[in-house]
Amino acid sequence: MSAQRLLSWKNRWTTVSVGVVGATAVAAAVIGFVWIPEIQGSGRPASLWEAICSAAGVITPYRNSPGVISNARLPSDVVITAQMMRPADGLSIGRGATLAMQCTVCHGVRGMSMAGSPNLAGQVDAAVYKQLRDFKTGHRSNAIMAAMVAHLDDQAMRDLAAYYAYLPRERLPENGLPAAPVPLLVTNGAPMRGIGACASCHGAGAANAATPRLNGEPASYIVAQLNAFANGTRHNDAHLQMRNTARHMTAAEITAVAGYYEAN
Amino acid sequence: MLNERSRRLVLAHFWIAFIAFVGALLLGEWQMWIRSPLHAWLGNPDLYYRSVTAHGSAMGYVFPTLVAMGFGYAIVGLSLKQPLIGLRWAWAGFILVVLGTVCAMVPVSMGLASVLYTFYPPMIGNPFFYLGIVLVVIGSWIWVALMSINLHAWKKANPGAPVPLPMFANVAGAYLWAWTSLGAAIEILFQILPAAVGLTATIDAGLARIFFSWTLHAIVYFWLMPAYIAFYTLVPRAIGGRLYSDVMARISFVLFLVFSMPIGVHHLFQDPQVGAGIKFVHAVFTAMVSIPTFLTVFTICASVEIAGRLRGGRGLLGWVTALPWKNPMMLAVAFSFIMLGFGGAGGLINMSYQLDFAIHNTQWITGHFHLIFGGAIVIMYFAIAYDLWPDLTGRALPNGRLMRTQLWLWFIGMIVMTFPWHYVGILGMPRRMAYYDYTDPALAAMAVPVVITLAGGLLLVVSGLMFVYILLHAQVGRGRSMAGEGGTPALPAFRFSQPVHMPTRLPLALNGFGLWLALMIGLTLTNYGFPIAQLLVQPQTSVPAVMMKARP
Repeated sequence: MSAQRLLSWKNRWTTVSVGVVGATAVAAAVIGFVWIPEIQGSGRPASLWEAICSAAGVITPYRNSPGVISNARLPSDVVITAQMMRPADGLSIGRGATLAMQCTVCHGVRGMSMAGSPNLAGQVDAAVYKQLRDFKTGHRSNAIMAAMVAHLDDQAMRDLAAYYAYLPRERLPENGLPAAPVPLLVTNGAPMRGIGACASCHGAGAANAATPRLNGEPASYIVAQLNAFANGTRHNDAHLQMRNTARHMTAAEITAVAGYYEAN
Repeated sequence: MLNERSRRLVLAHFWIAFIAFVGALLLGEWQMWIRSPLHAWLGNPDLYYRSVTAHGSAMGYVFPTLVAMGFGYAIVGLSLKQPLIGLRWAWAGFILVVLGTVCAMVPVSMGLASVLYTFYPPMIGNPFFYLGIVLVVIGSWIWVALMSINLHAWKKANPGAPVPLPMFANVAGAYLWAWTSLGAAIEILFQILPAAVGLTATIDAGLARIFFSWTLHAIVYFWLMPAYIAFYTLVPRAIGGRLYSDVMARISFVLFLVFSMPIGVHHLFQDPQVGAGIKFVHAVFTAMVSIPTFLTVFTICASVEIAGRLRGGRGLLGWVTALPWKNPMMLAVAFSFIMLGFGGAGGLINMSYQLDFAIHNTQWITGHFHLIFGGAIVIMYFAIAYDLWPDLTGRALPNGRLMRTQLWLWFIGMIVMTFPWHYVGILGMPRRMAYYDYTDPALAAMAVPVVITLAGGLLLVVSGLMFVYILLHAQVGRGRSMAGEGGTPALPAFRFSQPVHMPTRLPLALNGFGLWLALMIGLTLTNYGFPIAQLLVQPQTSVPAVMMKARP
């Protein structure tokens, strides 16, 4: 009984409150969807309907849009996802071990280099695979690697990545000296220069796919890569994250960070 | 007066609420110390975000929900004068909230869910964190149902009689919570949990933010409800006055029901997935919330003036000095209004589309919501606990001076903490960062204000610990008891404020919620319908979910 009387147009509470709320909504909509788009200077809509759609957030193509630039030079062809590498099986690792025979001159018999080339033993499989792809497509240039990958197909590169990820990273015995302090750039970065902490991507807990682990890599190699990112000769980082980081690092910081990762 | 079973229920809610509050309070102070210039940069920033997640979840979900639930159960007994219907269900709801809290806090403390209490997809944490939050919300929904059932039982027994104001306001708060918690519930159940358990690899982060904004703004009004109920139904009686207008109070509560929910997009002013027109409409309705707020400020000031004049205050402002300033409730309401005033003024800037650009995602926002929630609202939670404690424990609160000191410390601490936050926010200091480079000239000016906030936080910690001590001391100590044993006079029975004019008949609209619930739902559909529908049908709006892992 009471609900019927309340929710009826004869009840003044109902008419007044619904009327006021409705009028407020309509007035707000007229101002927000019609009037403001009308008086805003740049990008003035062509029609009333377009103004309403734009204010409502309907997605429309840009007028005079150049469209997708098809001949743009991409940093890499590899699409990086969490699922880009299939779980490695013994067969794949075995094939990789055979293929890796030709890598041993620079990267060592068991993936540990003695020549300042990167140590690949225990490296993240997606990282090795991405770099091989980039060498092959020319997104990363290196006279030796370009020749080495020329004949590798996609499966061969996956096998190599699986093999090196499977190898344990051998360490030199501890020398007994106290460990050097961790550089602040590694743990915290430099927020005012836009440098993120190295460890936020290159760390044991970091979840980023295709990001290499740096611990135990030769310092000379890390210094060379950071300098290459800084001067743009290396440019296969998908979002310029390494180029933007390296550009803001001083020579002393590059040396310190590289030394830390080599020793740890 | 409450019966023994209801007392135990209410006390259980309050104690768990206050334990969660003190734990989160200590974490908050730790966070301020960590990011201040007095502490070296935290080597593992993940620890900071763990702490922020725990602090926000405990302060945002557990503490106010349990206070509102406990206060609601007390109101049923005290204002309807009927035993609570569904006592077993009430305990079940309480146990769900406690279980949910534990279930959520375990992964948070292990670093598996450092996603903050606002969830922030595409970050995805451990599923047990979200399950815990869901349990807390389901526990509170049981409370909503019980409030509704108890109200209807009373109405059936008292046909046509005006619902007592405390219960009317309490049920308004319950309905508001039921509807507003739906947004986050949809976000968790249909978007986040499927990603967290691995059923989906992507998530529509923009849509998730819209659903969360559905909850995010009105949740503050849910937190506010116990404070507003205290303004109207406890303050005038406690300071020896009368409520200026019972009808005005009802109008304020139903207007909160209508206007506090469909305005959440003002939290998304910088989000690209919502159109500018939608944002404007939400800004307009945000401004409408000032109406019930100003109605309340007017009515309570008038009620306080009645008390001042009854105590012999004369002239334009003489009634202010005549007020019982040694009464904790008087102090609490004065402090609450001052903080509500400053916080509200800051809120006007947040809700303005253009002005928001200057302070969006800065420490200004942190300052704003601590001033409103931690200040204006929580200080009234203290007052509610002090006011109900004698009836709940059967023992008087012995130490008025300690209570006054506690309230003063909370007020001063909150001002000292939040004002510098507003200031550094205007300077551009971002919020939610574990460390700042204060050696940089651009940030050097922020170092001193940040240290001042730390000092304010310390006062809050002291005040929070005093609050728990006062309650504990009164409950287990040998204070004067209600029964009046040992020759001491018995404590007076609990009662709510009396209005100047007790309504004998009310318009149907102000004695029920049908009209206002219809308006609330209708306005939600008009204000949220399009942005949600558009993102639901638009292809390619999802991004890969980013699974959170613990950093060793």
